[in-house]
Amino acid sequence: MNTAESFAELPVTPKPPLRRFHQARWDEPIIFELSRPGRRGLAVPEPGAARVELPESVRRAEPPRLPELSQQLVLRHYLRLSQENLGADLNVDVGQGTCTMKYSPKVNDRFAAAVAEVHPLQHEDTVQGVLEIYWRLERMLAEISGLSRVSLQPGSGSAAIYANIAMIRAYHAATGGGARDQVITTMFSHPSNAACAKTAGYEVITLMPDADGLPDIEALRAAVGPRTAALMITNPEDTGIFNPRIQEFVDLVHEAGGLACYDQANANGILGITRARDAGFDLCHFNLHKTFSTPHACGGPAAGACGVSAELAPFLPGPVVTRDGDAYRLETPPRSIGKIRPFLGVTPNIVRAYAWIMALGGDGLRQVAETAALNNNYLMHKVLQIRGASAPWGRRRIEQVRYSWQELSEETGVHSEEIGVRAADFGVHYWTSHHPYVVPEPFTLEPTESYTKEDLDEYAAILAHVAEEARRDPELVKGAPYNQTIHKIDPTPLDDPKAWAPTWRAYVRKHRP
Amino acid sequence: MTHPYIPNAEPGVRAEMLAAIGARDVEEFYADIPAGLRLDRPLDLPPALTAEHDLARHMKGLLDRVTDTEQALSFLGHGCYPHHVPAVCDEVNSRSEFLTAYAGEPYEDHGRFQALFEYVSMMGELLEMDVVNVPTYDGFQAAGTALRMACRHTGRSKVLVSAAVSADKLSKLRDFLAPDIEIVLAPVGDGGEITVPAFDAAFAAIYLETPNVYGVVETRGRELADLAHAHGALLVVGADPISLGVLAPPAAYGADIACGDIQSLGMHQSHGGGHAGYIATHDHEPLVAEFPSRLFGIAPTKVPGEYGFGDVFYDRTSFAHREEGKEWVGTAAALWGITAGVYLALLGPHGLRELGETILARTRYAMDALARSVTVLHPDAIHFREFAIEVPSSSALLDALRERGIYGGVPLDARTVLVCVTERHSIADIDRLAAAVQEVL
Amino acid sequence: MTGPAVAPLSGPGLVGLVVNPVAGLGGAAGLKGSDGAGTQREALARGATPRAGERAARAVRTLLARRPGTRLLTVPGPMGEDSVRAAGAACDLVRLDPAADPTADPTAGPTAGPTADPTAGPMADPTADPTAGPVGGTTARDTRRAVAALAGVDLLLFAGGDGTARDVLDAVRDLGDRAPAVLGIPAGVKVYSGCFAVAPAAAGFLAADFLHGRGQAGGRRTVEAEVVDLDEEAYRRGLVSPRLYGSLRVPAAPVALSGRKAGSSGTAPGTVDGIAREVVARMRPGVRYVLGPGATTQAVGRALGLATTLLGVDVAELGDPHRLVAADVSEAELFDLVRGTEAVVVLSVIGGQGFVLGRGNQQVSPRVLDAVTGMLVLATPHKLAALGGRPLLADTGDEELDSKLGGHVQVITGHRESTIYRVRAASEEYDG
Repeated sequence: MNTAESFAELPVTPKPPLRRFHQARWDEPIIFELSRPGRRGLAVPEPGAARVELPESVRRAEPPRLPELSQQLVLRHYLRLSQENLGADLNVDVGQGTCTMKYSPKVNDRFAAAVAEVHPLQHEDTVQGVLEIYWRLERMLAEISGLSRVSLQPGSGSAAIYANIAMIRAYHAATGGGARDQVITTMFSHPSNAACAKTAGYEVITLMPDADGLPDIEALRAAVGPRTAALMITNPEDTGIFNPRIQEFVDLVHEAGGLACYDQANANGILGITRARDAGFDLCHFNLHKTFSTPHACGGPAAGACGVSAELAPFLPGPVVTRDGDAYRLETPPRSIGKIRPFLGVTPNIVRAYAWIMALGGDGLRQVAETAALNNNYLMHKVLQIRGASAPWGRRRIEQVRYSWQELSEETGVHSEEIGVRAADFGVHYWTSHHPYVVPEPFTLEPTESYTKEDLDEYAAILAHVAEEARRDPELVKGAPYNQTIHKIDPTPLDDPKAWAPTWRAYVRKHRP
Repeated sequence: MTHPYIPNAEPGVRAEMLAAIGARDVEEFYADIPAGLRLDRPLDLPPALTAEHDLARHMKGLLDRVTDTEQALSFLGHGCYPHHVPAVCDEVNSRSEFLTAYAGEPYEDHGRFQALFEYVSMMGELLEMDVVNVPTYDGFQAAGTALRMACRHTGRSKVLVSAAVSADKLSKLRDFLAPDIEIVLAPVGDGGEITVPAFDAAFAAIYLETPNVYGVVETRGRELADLAHAHGALLVVGADPISLGVLAPPAAYGADIACGDIQSLGMHQSHGGGHAGYIATHDHEPLVAEFPSRLFGIAPTKVPGEYGFGDVFYDRTSFAHREEGKEWVGTAAALWGITAGVYLALLGPHGLRELGETILARTRYAMDALARSVTVLHPDAIHFREFAIEVPSSSALLDALRERGIYGGVPLDARTVLVCVTERHSIADIDRLAAAVQEVL
Repeated sequence: MTGPAVAPLSGPGLVGLVVNPVAGLGGAAGLKGSDGAGTQREALARGATPRAGERAARAVRTLLARRPGTRLLTVPGPMGEDSVRAAGAACDLVRLDPAADPTADPTAGPTAGPTADPTAGPMADPTADPTAGPVGGTTARDTRRAVAALAGVDLLLFAGGDGTARDVLDAVRDLGDRAPAVLGIPAGVKVYSGCFAVAPAAAGFLAADFLHGRGQAGGRRTVEAEVVDLDEEAYRRGLVSPRLYGSLRVPAAPVALSGRKAGSSGTAPGTVDGIAREVVARMRPGVRYVLGPGATTQAVGRALGLATTLLGVDVAELGDPHRLVAADVSEAELFDLVRGTEAVVVLSVIGGQGFVLGRGNQQVSPRVLDAVTGMLVLATPHKLAALGGRPLLADTGDEELDSKLGGHVQVITGHRESTIYRVRAASEEYDG
């Protein structure tokens, strides 16, 4: 008979307004600390043939000091680490603005797994289904961008930007524009535009925003000339503001003999609304892991797509897929810039992106865009009710907003980065902005089409709560996190050559001799 | 019906949100887009397959029109290798927490930081180098970046590159190093190893690949390191890490930068989707300063006994040399880094050695078996995993083998075929290939 | 700001505090500054209340909350002690001896221990003549004397505005090697200098983090920050006139762990050194280069291996070796040096207002500008970002020339990096 005194009653009290989140805390050692000589996680096949004796010049002298673990120990260790990671599947991931953290449908992972054992150099006849997916996705992205041909080879958005620059360089070299050595971009375009242009040998001119938050068109007028190779521009920019004069930008560059290249890394708010070619762009790129839903995978593998006009099609990275009746073939464009990465592309992500578009169709894509814009404007409406938060320039936004905690920060001394870390104690997170911070104390939110109204309400409530904490007890916010796997990190050794430990062996050598 | 991926498309909630914002219509959000730029028709795309079942059926229809390397007997390699992928690798990299995370801070994404730190640490042991990057896109990019690092480090703009690399990799290097870096090729000698033409202090680096494109293990690494160093240049070595259980790591013979692809370490072939690149150096600050990639390191936290992580030497970009030729950092292939770490932890030092021994032995066995009917190139060199054969017609041979359910190799040219053998190929598989080759010739 | 330098680790965290109690008075009264006793009296007459002391207290509270063991050293009364008390803390006091050598070593004798008795506190400077001196009994000279008396602290916090920063700079210069790192608590009307934290609480946090700087991580990191000030008379007339006075070593903001996004690009914002490399790459032999004042142009001199001045206008030429033709020249000297030869002026943006001409570089006069053949403008992306879309300003004294200079210029922001930015005549900008 149960004689214990009751200590709680039904009904269960309603949930508190904010989630009592705590991240997994397994206190997991570094894998080397789990090692014990003689253990093994995997057996490998015996040679079954005569062994090859290696000469000393090429033979490994000492076995590598890798850890030795049983299979279950390896699995458990990594599963614990996975639990100590906040995937987009687990949180209201609207805080990594510019990254378009939308839902990656699970069924698409199944399709991706179906190509696991396909070799990229198999004969065309044995991979017709894969080639057809490439061809069909290319045609879809051509329709979405209005451009003629699309390469699906680049491994990411930045690699796609680089491929576009390489095509621009090849185009000018082939058409007598080899002396064009300047690329123009804008402050609120993704910085990879400037970085890739520099890698490709260009001098970079960056247009700053004017008092309205838009790139200064008069500055563009002054910048273009016989040295202009291209304009590389994002629109809507990272602020979420659509540049209404974009066509004039493109025209100015064209008049000067340059090409116009559209960074559509996140086209999520304008799918089916407006297209690159309609504004006169010669090239564009998409990130399939943003707008087209392939999972971000902790930072890749990703996939990029380069769309080009008919004039630039001969320069595409090779090979591309062509259709010949019912058969699909590989073909290298006549003046191809060559390979951007090995083989045809990141096929599992090509398969996922294709399946995502197929699940939505043309109307669905438009609904994606409209809902992303609705969600963004709704979230902005909520965030701007938080005292100390603002959205500079007060203009309309499409799919994301770069906000500012300047007012809160000046009042409390708490920085935007610190507010973000504290927000993680409630199971969400955010990213600030690229440097330099043109918007002071920035944070960039992009809610995509995936999240519910209630999700957005929760996110805004967490920010409001942390802002209030910053006013009441700035030390509390600055001391965060508390509900995470680990506590506040002291980053000082990371920048000190004598102390930094980029590997375990460096750590042992410097700190545990 | 509200689309399952777009919850707020439901008319009721949409109206509620518009009312809260004070907007009549979503059109208001697009007021900045001029009418002339608006698409005035629906996108012309195939009809939606909203039901998951319909989509799955459609995808199956497409994907069934593929005969993969488990349905045929494949000896294809040439940069993408059919090694066994341990089940634990798939289990870990398909975890939602890893698969769908992106760029959180070292708090909410502690697991990602630790897993990647462990990956670079295990690679460091394998390479006997203290600094390894968080993966870049692939081995092509790793080689290109390693050579740019060498150029920035030495202030020179000419590199000597082994001609025994794949044509595709060379194409990537030519594009990526243009316009400011000159590539000079080191030709392949009769034995399958490269030979070095005149070398002087104008060169920033020698790029050696081992095993090279013919599967030949280069034996003169030390000599090349000495030559490079005598002229103030660096030795950059491209090496597949899976070979390093048996082969000496590049650092052991004097390499300054090691680089390569890690697809072999637990990634499926995935029609070329399993690639990721590594770059490694010693802990030498000026060279570390030239990494464009991220480096993760240990940092203490407020609580004793906790490992925190963060970016090592984040402010590298302020270093003067980097101003010369910046590169970008972006989303690349982090999940494959985590997976490669799992792979190395599973095999451990001895598993990796045994695996290497098996591959060496089976490669030699296959060379001997095929030598009975065709010319095997560079027969006296040490081969790891791949070797080339000379045949009357590459395409005729491969077509005939394909009819017999065998993907016999990758054609390097009209008369040369590259054959790849890993631990996945049993002796019986190799005998079947040899018999089929004999038969069709 | 130039790159971080590393100061040796010293002591267990001793912080000096100097408050300019009248800073900020004029702002509240709409007087655009508080320089001059007349202004201060007028401000009080208009009902302004002093707020510098309160802002200093806020910084101290934040600092102590974060680093409870921190020792504070200050001067009696409203110039420091009152703020420490308002923060509920204790401090050591250094008495300002009216006749004393201003560089007296404070470690030789703080006059009082932790003063528990508040009545012992208000020891306002007895030398100040209340009728002749400013309200509250402090002058610029008092600020300088207080700074001198506090030499030897690990970090000197001062509350005030740009005028106070100038006084601190003067005193710190006199201290030479003994000069502590300095950090401003923003409390003035004009706060355009780089040596100020963004807010009082931020100053407290930054100070705490600085003291926390660890030996093994290379000590307490400082960076150089410009001190600029406006001519208040001109400011009141609507003409903003920043002048560069020099630079102070301030705590480097700790490298934030956050914001290191995997998806972000490796492009670093252009640095002063990158800008200098770009300028040098564009220089041609046989051309005279006129280097205006400022840390950015000084970096050009450094890249050339020349000892150019921070505040003066210098003239350099390429050669083997490169040549400093003249340093710290007057307008007349400059005119002689550029007349009849190919010459290019290299100017950086002075202060937070965006002036490129007419502030701190009046030597580059209308006739000099007429004589030179080209102009290079330099600015870090951070500095341009801080302008918030406002134009760069020219005020050469010749409004017609200013208008002619108006338009868009290329501004070098890094190595092979630039922007095109709008320049306006200052008179037009401020006429609205």
